[in-house]
Amino acid sequence: MTNNQSLINNHRCPIAVQVEGAAKTYPSGLAALGMVDLQVREGEFVTLLGPSGCGKSTLLRMVGGLLQPSTGRVRLWPESSTATSRERLAFVFQSPTLMPWASVEGNVRLPLDLTHAGADTEPKIQSALELVGLRDFRTAYPRELSGGMQMRVSIARALVTEPRLLLMDEPFGALDEITRNRLDREIRDLWARRSLTALFVTHSIYEAVFLSTRVLVMSARPGRIVGEVAVDEPHPRTDALRVSERFARWCAQLSDMLADASGERGEIDRDAA
Amino acid sequence: MSTRLLRYLAPGTVGVVFLLLWEGLVRAFDVPFYLVPSPALVLHTLVHDAPLLLGSLVVTLKITVLALLLSVVLGVGIAFLFVQNRTLERSLFPYVVLLQVTPIVAIAPLIIIWVKDPLAALVICATIVAIFPIISNTSLGLRSVDPGLADLFRLYGAGRWQTLVRLRVPSALPYFFAGLRVAGGLALIGAVVAEFVAGTGGTGSGLAYQILQAGLQLNIPRLFAALVLITLTGVAIFLLVSLAANLTLRRWHESELMSEHQIR
Repeated sequence: MTNNQSLINNHRCPIAVQVEGAAKTYPSGLAALGMVDLQVREGEFVTLLGPSGCGKSTLLRMVGGLLQPSTGRVRLWPESSTATSRERLAFVFQSPTLMPWASVEGNVRLPLDLTHAGADTEPKIQSALELVGLRDFRTAYPRELSGGMQMRVSIARALVTEPRLLLMDEPFGALDEITRNRLDREIRDLWARRSLTALFVTHSIYEAVFLSTRVLVMSARPGRIVGEVAVDEPHPRTDALRVSERFARWCAQLSDMLADASGERGEIDRDAA
Repeated sequence: MSTRLLRYLAPGTVGVVFLLLWEGLVRAFDVPFYLVPSPALVLHTLVHDAPLLLGSLVVTLKITVLALLLSVVLGVGIAFLFVQNRTLERSLFPYVVLLQVTPIVAIAPLIIIWVKDPLAALVICATIVAIFPIISNTSLGLRSVDPGLADLFRLYGAGRWQTLVRLRVPSALPYFFAGLRVAGGLALIGAVVAEFVAGTGGTGSGLAYQILQAGLQLNIPRLFAALVLITLTGVAIFLLVSLAANLTLRRWHESELMSEHQIR
């Protein structure tokens, strides 16, 4: 199930994320995440795909350091000797999570202020806003913007610290399909242009295939990684890919894995019989 | 007709009709002025007794404003402490509630006896009445932080102070202003009640004292005139606080949005 080709291609890149036997069980006894091993190398775009409640967000939050695993451990750049790994990380949440009392500029500036980035923040803000096409909206307030634009502000805020690892938790799940497809393309471009490492969470098979170099399929709660598909499609990817035969094949493959993982296939077969 | 015009015209009309009806009824039934004075007589008294009444107004206003300021400073300070330390909040909050549920009329005599300076005594009474909504609303607001934003601050390693100033305080502002609006009215009520209790005990020259005196002397028109001043003061405080809330929140908070966004 693993596509060796892609692993060979980048096995010399340093490891960015190393998850070893991480699991999460809440004090209430709810098992959110089963044992997970995961390795993401620099320059990869890895997507966690799974049904709602499978713990993919939990896993992402662990990688982001927002949640401690009950067992196992998470390491960023385990081979690197410098201990500054957390500073090279940014997170895009499910909702834009903007400060409603601050302008677009104020929101984008926040990570720089919190990390005491010092002087010379202006060009960083300017370039982050330009990357997401919001240069003319610096002084606007979040509620004056559409949902898609708010999400762009959120992305600009994540990019302003020039992170090397970008964690995204179903960032476009609440948007309409047209906006979502456009933002998917933009994220993909940003990833390529900035040579980012991306870890993305979604429950959309199409989004997973379109964005990723590698898709990991997770089972229903407590989530485990049950399958992997490498998407060997060069960059840039255009909307033409979405209607191609290989796109459909990848999607079918993932769909099968998801059905196996959640045990739905059996039920469907029974219904048919 | 535009909705804006209607907003002022409708209640204005009700007020004018009410006053005319009052005036007409008093005249028609020849009600003696020491029972119910006519609006015209009240207005006349207001003008005639202006030096006396305005002097009293200044006294009451001073107590109210000082009490409100003290409530804001102390209330916000206590709310900050509560939010920084759960144990402190758990230990002290019941006593804050105790202060709130005890009728001020019952404790005012004690405070007036204990505190030598009459102005200070009255301000303390009014503060006790006004401070609760500030404490409870501000501490609720300081805790009502968007969990996503809290995560974001954690992600970038924000310190306690940064989180307080940049996240908790702005999140708390709408709650604080809602509390302030209630506290403004309560400060006035507290001031008037405390003045009533203090009564003729040497201090009195506030509006409540005038009402008390006018009542004893059956000077009902002056009583009404003082009452009108108290009411107008209450309305003025409410409007000022609302204006402050509007100026602070109108760009971003749902409660103060410009009309085109409003739900009809």
